[in-house]
Amino acid sequence: MCLAIPAKIESLDQHIATVDLAGAKVRADTTLTPEAKVGDWVLVHAGYTITILDEKDVRETFAVLREMDELQKR
Amino acid sequence: MNRIAEIRKKIDAYWDTLLSSGRDDVRIMEICGTHTVSISRSGLRATFPKGLKLISGPGCPVCVTGQSYVDKAVYLARQPDVIIATYGDMVRVPGATGSLEAVRGEGGKVEVVYSAHQAVDLARRCEDKQVVFLAIGFETTAPATALAIQKADREGVENFSALLSHKLVIPAMRALLNDKDIRIDGFLCPGHVSVITGWRVYEPIVNEFARPCVVAGFDDEQILKGICEILRQLAEQSPAACCVYPAVSETGNLHAQEVIHETFDVIDTYWRGIGIIPASGLGLKERFSRFDADKRFNLPVFEEHDPPGCRCGEVISGKCIPPECPLFGTICTPREPIGPCMVSSEGSCAAYYKYDRH
Ligand code: SF4
Repeated sequence: MCLAIPAKIESLDQHIATVDLAGAKVRADTTLTPEAKVGDWVLVHAGYTITILDEKDVRETFAVLREMDELQKR
Repeated sequence: MNRIAEIRKKIDAYWDTLLSSGRDDVRIMEICGTHTVSISRSGLRATFPKGLKLISGPGCPVCVTGQSYVDKAVYLARQPDVIIATYGDMVRVPGATGSLEAVRGEGGKVEVVYSAHQAVDLARRCEDKQVVFLAIGFETTAPATALAIQKADREGVENFSALLSHKLVIPAMRALLNDKDIRIDGFLCPGHVSVITGWRVYEPIVNEFARPCVVAGFDDEQILKGICEILRQLAEQSPAACCVYPAVSETGNLHAQEVIHETFDVIDTYWRGIGIIPASGLGLKERFSRFDADKRFNLPVFEEHDPPGCRCGEVISGKCIPPECPLFGTICTPREPIGPCMVSSEGSCAAYYKYDRH
C-alpha cells in the first residue's frame, strides 16, 4: 500500500497535475510538493505527489516499481 | 563487472568478515510490504549466504489492521444508508461475519477508491448517504487522509467520515526490538514511509538499540545495496541510520509532516500480532472529530481475534514465516484466504505463495 510510482508532470492546473504513468494520463494532486513544475519527475502515491525526483535517479532506481504497478493493474 | 555483481562481491566480503569474527547468522527485517514482495519475486533470498535471513516485519497496512476494525467496517457496510469507500486491498479481508466483498454480494455498497479525496467527492455526489472512508496505512498514506478530512471540513461535506486506523512505523520497530522472543540485527527501512519522514528519524532507534537502519528502494540493486550497507555496519560494528534510496532526504517531506500534525494527534493503537503500541497511531484532532466514523455511528464493541488457526500475528512480527503456518497453501490460499496476510498484495503469505512456495 505504500507503493509509489515515478511519473513525469505533463501539465499543471493550480495544484492538479496531469502525469504520464507508464503511458496512461493520470491526475495527481501536488499539494504536498508545491514547488513541482511541468517536466518534473515526481513520485505519486494514492493520488498525491509525495516528492520530486532527479531524472537520473528515476532511470536507475525504479525498474521494479513500474513492473509492480502493471502487475497490480492486471 | 556489472553493478549488481559488484554489490554481491562486497556482500560476500562483509559476510566473510562476520564469519571470521565468529558470527554465522544475521537476521535482517524488512519493514515494508513492498520490499517483501520485491524480495520474494526477485528470488534474492536463495542467493544469500547461508545464515543471512531476511524476515518480513509489520509493513503491510492491511495485515496489521486489527480484526475488530475489519468487523466494524463490515458492520457499517451492512447499514442501509452507508457507502464504504476503501483502498482495494481491504475488500477481501475476512471478518468474523464475512468480508466487505461478501457484503457487496448481499447488496451492500462498497466502493474502491485509489485516493482519499475520491471518497469526499463520492460523498458530495451521494448526499442522501453516509460515505465512510477506511483510512488505513502508514506515514506514506496518512497525508492523503489528512487532506481529504481538511477538504471535507472546508467544503462542509458533512456526510463524509473516516474510520481511522493509521499507524506509525517507528514505534512498531521499537516494540519489536523490545520483544525478547525476536532477534533483529538490522532493519531495511521502508522507502516510501521515509520519503515522508526523512531518514534521520531512525537515529534514535540506532542510538537506543545499536542496530543498523538503512533506507532502500525497491528494485534488486536497491535492496542488495541496503543489505550490503547493513552487513558493512555489522562487520565494522558501526551501526548507523542512513539511506541508499535517492528519493529520500534527511528530513523528508515537511509539507506532508505539517498536514499530518494539523489533522491528527498521536495516539496508542492496536496492531495485529503485536498488541497495543503506545503512541503508534493517528487519531483526529478535536476540531475534526465530527469526521470520526467511530464517534458518528453508534458502533457496537468488537473483540480483537485472529481467524482460527491463522498465524498472521506471528508472521507480521517476524516470529514465523508463512510456510510454517499449517494452513499455508492448503486451507489458506489467495483464492480462499483465511487471514489478511494471504489477501493483501503486500502480505507475506501472498508473496510466499506466489513466489517462494517450493
Ligand atoms: S497462511 Fe493464511 S492462515 Fe496461515 S498465517 Fe498466512 S494468512 Fe494466516
